[in-house]
Amino acid sequence: MWTFFHKLGSPPWLYAIAGAILRWLVPITLVALVGGMVWGLLLTSPDFRQGNSYRIIYIHVPAAVVALAGYYVMAIAGAISLIWRMKMADVVMKAAAPVGAALTFIALLTGAIWGKPTWGTWWVWDARITSMLILLFLYLGVVALYEAFDNKEAAGKACAVLSLVGMVNIPIIYKSVDWWYSLHQPASIKFSGESTIDPSMLYPLLLMIAAFYALFTCCLLMNMRAELLQRESRTQWVKKIAGKEGRR
Amino acid sequence: MSAPHTGQFCALLLRRQLLLAMRRPIEMGNPLLFFTMVIVLFPLGLGPAPDKLAIFAPGVLWITALLSNLLTSDAVFRSDFDDGSLEQLVLAPQPLFLSALAYILAHWLTTGLLLALVSPIFALMLNLPVSALGTLIVSLLLGTAVLSLLGGIGAALTVGLKRGGVLISLLILPLYLPVLIFGTAAVQAAVTGTPSGPYLAILGAMLSLAIALAPLAIAAGLRISIDA
Repeated sequence: MWTFFHKLGSPPWLYAIAGAILRWLVPITLVALVGGMVWGLLLTSPDFRQGNSYRIIYIHVPAAVVALAGYYVMAIAGAISLIWRMKMADVVMKAAAPVGAALTFIALLTGAIWGKPTWGTWWVWDARITSMLILLFLYLGVVALYEAFDNKEAAGKACAVLSLVGMVNIPIIYKSVDWWYSLHQPASIKFSGESTIDPSMLYPLLLMIAAFYALFTCCLLMNMRAELLQRESRTQWVKKIAGKEGRR
Repeated sequence: MSAPHTGQFCALLLRRQLLLAMRRPIEMGNPLLFFTMVIVLFPLGLGPAPDKLAIFAPGVLWITALLSNLLTSDAVFRSDFDDGSLEQLVLAPQPLFLSALAYILAHWLTTGLLLALVSPIFALMLNLPVSALGTLIVSLLLGTAVLSLLGGIGAALTVGLKRGGVLISLLILPLYLPVLIFGTAAVQAAVTGTPSGPYLAILGAMLSLAIALAPLAIAAGLRISIDA
């Protein structure tokens, strides 16, 4: 067990392990995504009040859930790389940021598209929407900070500190925005209906959430592999892989 | 000569930073001037109707304080990084997070404190009721200290970068938001006559948390920037 753990710390092994995981995770993800979408978008009955427009939750909710979870993946990886100086944790953190930012953006975009027919407006300064927007800024801050450093080792450490600071702040930001909105809340909009969701809608939603977690993992691993090749581009094993791919 | 104690060392650092600021009074006045200019922009942009201004005044004052803090945060470590004295500070036997705290304290004394003290003048220009002035000063005193500490994290992370100026606002503005929300809420509560104590207490809680944690992040950031 420990040998496996130690192998994760070595770039060529991590590259190979990530590749092996991807080989079966990518098909599973595709099946789950397509299955969940067909089930959610075509086979469930329309909501009695919102009609068909509610179906966007099958994209919106999973994207939002995984975007939040992705931040914790990034921050915990950052903490590991700061505390135990594990270079590979650094790779995980760097790979997680753009994926998380993309998912946050998807959640915001689908929310706006859903909001127009349902609430009659693209954007509301609701607590959740606002904190998702801030989450997007935190992700983009990490990406921008990483790009700004020429020394990539320092970039990784700086981003780790920033994502940890962000992690301490996320609950505070969320609570304060939540509180700020509830004070000014116009009574016309109610945002909590999750507990009353019908099982026939809930199961495809759960499948889609699982599919999005798998999608996140796939993107993360692919990003990590690309990052590993770039970082280790001068080493023997990368040249070997590049040679093999070149001959093919 | 023996090395000074940690407390003595931090006091010396603080004195040095303040002395440096005093020697350049114009530079110290710049954030205040900026504060004034931005305050002037709001009546011009929103219209000079006194009752309307009074509604926006708490938010306007707080946003302006936040921006002027953001502008000055970038420079906290910059000159010492450029001339190498920051490197000496990192090598010094005294704990870096306490030295960083001394820097931040000096920064707050020369920006946030001054801003809080002059804010009543601008509050009156924006037609904020006199009864809310006390709350405004206290909320700015507490809030700008949090802003200085958070700004220090951004400054420490970006001090080694050539184009850190814009980046720092992207990094720390999201972190400023809770302070803005509660600072504005405190003043608004004072305007409407409801107790503002709870909001000030939350600002105080944020300050305690920031004092405890931010110096560690600043010290880590400084080490990274020096190594890079």
